[in-house]
Amino acid sequence: MNALAVTLQPTDWLNLFLYYISISLLAVGGAIATAPDMHRYLVERQGWLTDLQFNASIAIAQAAPGPNVLFIALLGWNVGTNAGGAGLAGWASGALGMLLSMVGIMLPSTTLTWLATRWGHRNRERRSVRAFKQGMAPVVIGLLLPTAWLLSSSHGNPATDWPLWLLTGLCMLLVWRTRLHLLWLLGAGALLGALGLV
Amino acid sequence: MSAPLPLPDAPEARPQPRNPADLFWSFTWLALQGFGGVLAVVQRELVEKKRWMTNEEFVEDWAVAQIMPGPNVVNLSVMIGDRYFGLRGALAALAGMLTFPLLLVLGLALVYAQFASHPAVAGALRGMGAVAAGLIAGTGLKLAAALRKHPLGPWLCIALAALTFASMALLRWPLAWVLPALGGLACVLTWRKIAP
Repeated sequence: MNALAVTLQPTDWLNLFLYYISISLLAVGGAIATAPDMHRYLVERQGWLTDLQFNASIAIAQAAPGPNVLFIALLGWNVGTNAGGAGLAGWASGALGMLLSMVGIMLPSTTLTWLATRWGHRNRERRSVRAFKQGMAPVVIGLLLPTAWLLSSSHGNPATDWPLWLLTGLCMLLVWRTRLHLLWLLGAGALLGALGLV
Repeated sequence: MSAPLPLPDAPEARPQPRNPADLFWSFTWLALQGFGGVLAVVQRELVEKKRWMTNEEFVEDWAVAQIMPGPNVVNLSVMIGDRYFGLRGALAALAGMLTFPLLLVLGLALVYAQFASHPAVAGALRGMGAVAAGLIAGTGLKLAAALRKHPLGPWLCIALAALTFASMALLRWPLAWVLPALGGLACVLTWRKIAP
């Protein structure tokens, strides 16, 4: 990734941390929903990151296993290495940026979730708590399909890219109806893609 | 900090994590399998393999994790960890979900520059993306089985799920509207149904 030389004062590090604290509770529906705002702040307003670094961070975190929120760790890492320069100083600075970003984005939301969970568990026999948890079920299941739809729609035109759509459909049936290990499916997808078959 | 008793109302003894370390490694294993989102893997591992929870419980927890701010699977790991070992469990599950994936993603970012333009690498990523979409859709179909025992009855549930899909995927309404509106409606209907 093309580096960008920036200088960060202690107040800038603090601002990075406070920025993530401030958007943490807004990230309803996943951290990726706040990505446009991060672009506005980190790239456009502060100039701490290049566009390319921003996009690559999201792409890598999506491709890698684990929660997608890790793209925020990569953004923080890139801000840090941009400020720290090459070598060990850059790595230390990158680690600091990563730490501040991840703690900032997760501390408020995770604390709130933890407190709410404890309250809900203590009051789990209440009619309102049961109605909330059971009532949300159909809506939450309905929400899974748009995510799959969104991922599929990046496949492109069904007429020319039908192998990708076929692969998605086949995997859907296999997951639904069999207990085949998910890593076999992912491995097969990677292999088919690498050979240029899909 | 006293840990809440794990599911005292469970009809029979069921498998549970042995200690926070078990939680940590279970969630590490989950997270490292989760390409394009961890949800499908969580359902497969925790419900079908380890049997720590039923499909119905999973859907209920997932609903709460989804409506709370913050990354959904991170919320879910905190909720499940807390249920068994209190704060220690929550932190163990959270650390498991994040530590190794973080190191891995960092390693990937460092080698990315060398291999990004290689056509086989780009192809492999495309193939895995297509599989990931299928995994999520298949998990949705599987979880829909949990709706059979729902107080609202299967048809109303299917209608609510279909409305949610249409408003998000086809009409492209923001989640911040869809979730309170349809979720609120579903909760009120359920509240009336489960009257004591």
